[in-house]
Amino acid sequence: MAWRDAKASRARLLLFTASIILGIAAVVSIQLFRDNLQDNIQSQSKSLMGADYLIDIDETPNERAQAIIDSLNPVASEVNFVSMVAFPKNGGTKLARVRGIEGPFPVYGKMETQPEQASSTYQEEGGALVDATLLLQYGIKPGDSIKVGELTLPIVGSLSSMPGNSAVTSSVAPPVVIPNRLVAKTNLLQFGSRKEYQYFYKATPETDLIELENVIEPMLDAERADLDTHTSTSRRLGRRYENMGKFLNLVAFIALLLGCVGIASSVHIYIREKLKHIAVLKCLGASRKQSFLIYLIQIAGIGILGGVLGGGIGIGIQESFPYILKDFLPFDVEITITTQPIIMGVVLGFLIAVLFALLSLLNTWYVSPLQALRISDTSGSKKPKQAKRIVFTIIIIFLFLFSYWLLRDVTYAMGFVVGMLITFAILAGIATLTMKMIKAWFPKTWGYTTRQSLLNLFRPNNQTLVLIVAIGLGTFLISTLYFTKDILLSKTAVGDSSNSANMIMLDVQPKQTEAIAKTITDNELEVIDNIPLVTMRIHSVKGLDAKAEEQDSTVQIRGWIYNHEFRTTYRDHLMASEEVIAGQWTPEVSNDDVIPISISENVAEDANVTVGDKMVFNVQGVLMETVVGSIRMVDWGQLQLNFNILFPKGVLENAPQFKVLSTKAPTEASSAQLQREIVSNFPNVTIIDLRQVFTIVEDILGKVSWIINFMAFFSIITGVIVLIGSVRTSKHQRIKESVLLRTLGAKNNQILKISALEYLLLGIVGSLVGIVLALVSTLLLALFVFKEPFVPSAIPFLIFLPAISLLVLAIGLSNIRGVLSSSPLEVLRREA
Amino acid sequence: MSKILKINGLEKTYTSGAKQLTVLQNITFDVEKGQTFSIVGPSGSGKTTLLGLCAGLDTPNAGNVELCGHDLNTLNEDERAQLRNREVGFIFQNFQLLPTLTTLENVSVPLELQGAKQAAKRGMELLAQVGLADRFHHYPSQLSGGEQQRVALARAFSNSPSILFADEPTGNLDDETGEKVIKLLFDLNKASNTTLVIVTHDLDLANRTQQILRLKGGEIITNQPTVTH
Ligand SMILES: Nc1ncnc2c1ncn2[C@@H]1O[C@H](COP(=O)(O)OP(=O)(O)O)[C@@H](O)[C@H]1O
Ligand SMILES: [Mg+2]
Repeated sequence: MAWRDAKASRARLLLFTASIILGIAAVVSIQLFRDNLQDNIQSQSKSLMGADYLIDIDETPNERAQAIIDSLNPVASEVNFVSMVAFPKNGGTKLARVRGIEGPFPVYGKMETQPEQASSTYQEEGGALVDATLLLQYGIKPGDSIKVGELTLPIVGSLSSMPGNSAVTSSVAPPVVIPNRLVAKTNLLQFGSRKEYQYFYKATPETDLIELENVIEPMLDAERADLDTHTSTSRRLGRRYENMGKFLNLVAFIALLLGCVGIASSVHIYIREKLKHIAVLKCLGASRKQSFLIYLIQIAGIGILGGVLGGGIGIGIQESFPYILKDFLPFDVEITITTQPIIMGVVLGFLIAVLFALLSLLNTWYVSPLQALRISDTSGSKKPKQAKRIVFTIIIIFLFLFSYWLLRDVTYAMGFVVGMLITFAILAGIATLTMKMIKAWFPKTWGYTTRQSLLNLFRPNNQTLVLIVAIGLGTFLISTLYFTKDILLSKTAVGDSSNSANMIMLDVQPKQTEAIAKTITDNELEVIDNIPLVTMRIHSVKGLDAKAEEQDSTVQIRGWIYNHEFRTTYRDHLMASEEVIAGQWTPEVSNDDVIPISISENVAEDANVTVGDKMVFNVQGVLMETVVGSIRMVDWGQLQLNFNILFPKGVLENAPQFKVLSTKAPTEASSAQLQREIVSNFPNVTIIDLRQVFTIVEDILGKVSWIINFMAFFSIITGVIVLIGSVRTSKHQRIKESVLLRTLGAKNNQILKISALEYLLLGIVGSLVGIVLALVSTLLLALFVFKEPFVPSAIPFLIFLPAISLLVLAIGLSNIRGVLSSSPLEVLRREA
Repeated sequence: MSKILKINGLEKTYTSGAKQLTVLQNITFDVEKGQTFSIVGPSGSGKTTLLGLCAGLDTPNAGNVELCGHDLNTLNEDERAQLRNREVGFIFQNFQLLPTLTTLENVSVPLELQGAKQAAKRGMELLAQVGLADRFHHYPSQLSGGEQQRVALARAFSNSPSILFADEPTGNLDDETGEKVIKLLFDLNKASNTTLVIVTHDLDLANRTQQILRLKGGEIITNQPTVTH
């Protein structure tokens, strides 16, 4: 029976199914991708780090550390640092990550080189393996030479991939691999320069990595070294890509919600039309339960079908993700297909269909058989309030659980559901208000067609509310996505403003400062910054050093605070990117004072200190007592040198230090020229060319927006289906009325005008409200979540608004197309 | 007397799938201006189809219809609609009121479509004549079947048609209500001197018209004046 009834209204149910399918497809594809990502991270974590576990340390290991390192028998080791490299052949220079490797690295996975054997012979030959892209960019081939610091060595192979490098990091500082024994000859590993030592280990089958971590880690910690097992790496990597997954999940959720709106609205109207049939069924002796079940089974069946199809399509879509995202990921993602997403799709499809249909389905329970005998509509049926309230509550609980499942965060999930409810309420409110307003100020004197189309908005059984909410919600979600994208992109978009520096020179020794400044001015460029840099570590906080802190579990200080090597500076003023939020900034002190320093907000939080607390620093072996004088909020988003810890003038002038110089090179050529000169005369200086960073960031942003656009497109398609669905459900009634008008002598264009105006109005009101709501919610997001200024773009108003209105119009008109081509008599007879 | 409706050799065939179903064939008759005319026949004999063809709601496969001096075959869809709007009134078995509009608005629709200024005033007059003066602002769903049909009557007369088609106007009503509606129909008709074409299977009703056309299986059996007249 349920099936027979469904067959009769197949076309209508098809749209209903389509909204489920699309929503589920989005969720399934994204979930699947996330799972696959995690699986892949886990299975590839060994080759990602190139070993079972490794020990890394940011300074030359002391005796105790070295003893631990050696006792575990490393298979291979490396020291790596960032430095400028040069190609003598054509004078090209580039920032690179130099990795001096000893032993058979990697233990797992491999370095892919051209020629292939270069990856094993470079150590003996004393040659370098250089990033393939870098070679291509500079027109260098294996056989040419490369200069690293004071060492020039032959390039024996081009390196296309190696463990521990992703496309993004490689594009900022591409890897250059050299034999470890030659590192000393570069003369770059001087005191104070940034470097990292890594020791790679292979575990025997008996090794318990977790046990090892528990035992060795604390010992290494004391020596400022770190143990990383491949399992912990995979955990960390998983976390890193979780944010991306979260964003995608949110988008999937939006698509699914749109699907829900589609389901709710199409079922609503579908059931309303069926109420009469149900009354007839009841007259014929069907029990409440029977007639309720007929439709419940129908809708559950469709939900399951939609779930299966959606799951299938989702699998298809996720196959494409790895291609889009491959540049973000330092490893390959292999897609495996399991039955789980299908099951998930089916369960979701079933739940959503039934839940969202229940609200309307309840009406079938309460419909009186008497209604079959009355000619009038069914608006008189009494509302099953209690039951509706229960269903409504269940829906909200479901939405909450579902968003929690997607986002794994109670607050987010809660915010999301509440936000949706508010939006929904506002939309419904505005729809009702619009109707009331038109009613109140009804333009009695306007032409007949105008009045008739306005009146249609109040027809008994009208869809005005449902349509405005559907259109509004769809527009709202899409525009929010769009506006948010604006914020996200502008947050990361680096301002290439005219007066800021675009070349930064690091590791300048004090005695080189003058010469380099001269090189810059000789090139007719300006030295913008000349900042001293002093590296130091935190020795103790509020009298507690690292060891004491570890024993006292009541102290909440983050681990990195004691391990980090802070690069600090001193000056007598604050910069535009900093703002004191507590205490007072002291510009200068004389020697005998307690030293009032200024720390950034995040350090204050992680070190658990406030103004007035004591901090002792280890400045190259000398302990220096300070007190927190002020806490600053620092805008790290701005691409300039900002500091966690800031000393006043008059303290650090004589400490061992480096300088940072910056300048702005107006053209690429002038920047290359300056780089060449500095690299050849001062090989220890590292140059960061922000121009290159800009292009890389732009490239990444391009890809991010591609994904966002793709998902937005997905939502739009779902939205369109919802629209078609809700407009279509009233097709029958529309045609009948239009035919009647024609019988009474209405011309084609009068009929068209009536419908056109009605749909245009619905489209404009719905999408306008949606966009305005999106604007408000994005503004709130910008204010409270992203903490970024938000300059709304006009695109949604200029493009979304007319496009959606026209779309509604087109769908609406296609709806009554039948009238213009069919014989009035037939339609009228069918109604008899 | 002049002929307001001339039917000549009318034939209508429906094709459903491969099958051809001839619903009407060889229909020829005239209706005089001001006459009351009924078409009777068993269900499925083609009465509604014939009425629809007469009013230009559908097109015949052969033959032609001349309504108010216009050969319908030579008019397009919009021209036929305009002709209906000016000259024709319609009453359906199932009332066919626009659910969006109040009774007054429903009655005014034909005049509104013409762009007439006095639509509402004329609508009120007519509603008063059918005894619904107190129901101007009610919606169809708030009226009983008999009341709805009276609204439909008022609507049919609102454009002062020269010919009025009624397809089983009492088919959905009880005898008593039906009788009231019919009485109203004839009264209004007499007052405005409109030609009336009624489709019915109620012989009593048919006998109150001047001419009866009997239809069976899509063909005319008889076409004669009623005895009582
Ligand atoms: N669109 C159609 N396709 C096929 N047959 C039709 C169609 N419309 C009407 N018929 C058939 O035409 C015949 C006459 O119908 P109708 O004029 O409605 O009869 P009546 O009004 O006398 O009851 C019926 O047998 C009906 O089945
Ligand atoms: Mg009939």
